[in-house]
Amino acid sequence: MVQEGGTAEGLSLPRLAHPTRTTGRWGDHLYRLLIRAAALALLVLVLGLVIVMIRAALPSIRTFGWRFPFTSTWDPVAQRFGALPLIYGTIVSSVLALLIAVPLGIGAAVYLSEVAPPWIRPPISFLVEMLAAVPSVVYGLWGIFVLAPWLRTQVQPALGSTLGFLPLFQGPPYGVGMLAAGLILAIMVVPFIIAVSREVLLAVPNEQREAALALGATRWETTRLAVLRYARSGLIGAILLGLGRALGETMAVTMVIGNRPEISASLFAPGYTMAGMIANEFTEATSDLYLSALVEVGLLLFVVTVIVNTLARLLVWSMGGAVKEVRE
Amino acid sequence: MRAGIRRAINTVMACLTAFAALLVILPLILILAFLVYQGASAVNLDFFTQLPKPVGEPGGGMANAIVGTLILIGLASCLGLPLGILGGVYLAESRDRRLPWVIRFLADVLNGVPSIVIGIFAYTVVVLPLRRFSALAGGFALAVIMLPIVLRTTEELVRLVPASLREAALALGIPEWKVILRVVLPTARAGIITGVMVSIARIAGETAPLLFTAFGNRFWHQGLLQPIAALPLQIFAYAIAPYDDWHRQAWAGALVLILMIFSSSLIARIVTKGRYSGVR
Repeated sequence: MVQEGGTAEGLSLPRLAHPTRTTGRWGDHLYRLLIRAAALALLVLVLGLVIVMIRAALPSIRTFGWRFPFTSTWDPVAQRFGALPLIYGTIVSSVLALLIAVPLGIGAAVYLSEVAPPWIRPPISFLVEMLAAVPSVVYGLWGIFVLAPWLRTQVQPALGSTLGFLPLFQGPPYGVGMLAAGLILAIMVVPFIIAVSREVLLAVPNEQREAALALGATRWETTRLAVLRYARSGLIGAILLGLGRALGETMAVTMVIGNRPEISASLFAPGYTMAGMIANEFTEATSDLYLSALVEVGLLLFVVTVIVNTLARLLVWSMGGAVKEVRE
Repeated sequence: MRAGIRRAINTVMACLTAFAALLVILPLILILAFLVYQGASAVNLDFFTQLPKPVGEPGGGMANAIVGTLILIGLASCLGLPLGILGGVYLAESRDRRLPWVIRFLADVLNGVPSIVIGIFAYTVVVLPLRRFSALAGGFALAVIMLPIVLRTTEELVRLVPASLREAALALGIPEWKVILRVVLPTARAGIITGVMVSIARIAGETAPLLFTAFGNRFWHQGLLQPIAALPLQIFAYAIAPYDDWHRQAWAGALVLILMIFSSSLIARIVTKGRYSGVR
């Protein structure tokens, strides 16, 4: 600071008239330090999260090694843990959710950005945003008391009698189970898919549309050939962001999936997810190894969602160069 | 003839996309309808003023859970808002190359981390050293969830402040920190408040990270180092319990929670509309 003052003298700049200038400079130092520290706090937090989780999972990693994600006993009494049924339940419920949510989500996004008359877009976007704001536990409540009974009394008997020859639709109709989990997850991730896809579609340059229309394409042909194809990687990114949400979703799923760590071909059967297992058993974990195994499940979930989300973001960016420039 | 088919396909696809949009909205309407239908009958004055009654005794309310949720949001804001806003200013103002990129990436990573994992983190960092579930641990978990949202919105909105404003202030010889505090942040205020309200709406409904941090409590709050009730936790506990009376209370709780969340999103919207509708 002294040195800087000296330089100013040397260059014969006018003397500082205002005495607060020095406090200002102190203030600036402090200010820079403060904002830098706040930004670094996030870095410390994320690194801390990774280190803490790995340390807490170590006993389980040491005991079970690579077999942990590939064995299917979950026996707290015998102290033997394997996460295969949880991983299976997480993946199957998420994939089922995407099978429902992707066509609906992208269809709705196309409607919002290409088809709908301008006056109808804001109210629908508003409703979609509200759908995204509903908390997980409320979806779960609705799932338990409305969706599951409806599935049990109406949908599952109907599916069983028409498509019952498929192993997917066999077994007693409980209501709660994989199908309910997939449905509730689909409802929950659809707003995210719509929001991101819409942004991606809006980033498609209008020249694309105009060129196709000028060649005599109908609106749908324009959308299919000039817009959707152009936006392909961004849309895949949107789907992956939805997948990331679905994999980590906890409350709603655990309330309707039935919570049984079993692998069954039928969608009517109950299952269990990684997040659900942590939510239900964490406070009941009586031994250190039990707790450590649950943390390892969390660590696996963390790693998978980080990979899926990073991939998604790269795809959205690669396509939406325009989106990136506008927003950053 | 061929043109006719193409036009027909065009119409069919337009209808299908409209149908998709309708089908997406349908669950929202169904959920809201059930919330009002089931919840409204159990929402009364007792609900907002009474403690939960023991099993078998009808009546009682969730006053402690409502207060608990407000306390948890306050705690999370104490930690999350200053860090998020200051960090956002750093991301927008810094001329460094590498660090802001890393922070931005990590903020996006943290935003995508399942909230249950954040719960495990808060458990290991706060609950284990203190040897007890506490309001503090719950607030910490929620702050971690809130931080990346506040950070990124602040960054985006500070960037929107015209450089000419900043330059004019700096040219008057005002130190940088004062320019930020008195010119840049007030200009971006409406947008930042929106970000804050959005992040509050998000954490207000979080359940998973509170399960083994705040833990829940059937009584009024007893200090920050004791377990504390929260509305989402109470809804969850009542929903999976086998008592009809509790189910009705769960619906009522969900209705109140949704109203809290929607009104904070609504505030965010109103604040934004006045100032930033032109910019965005």
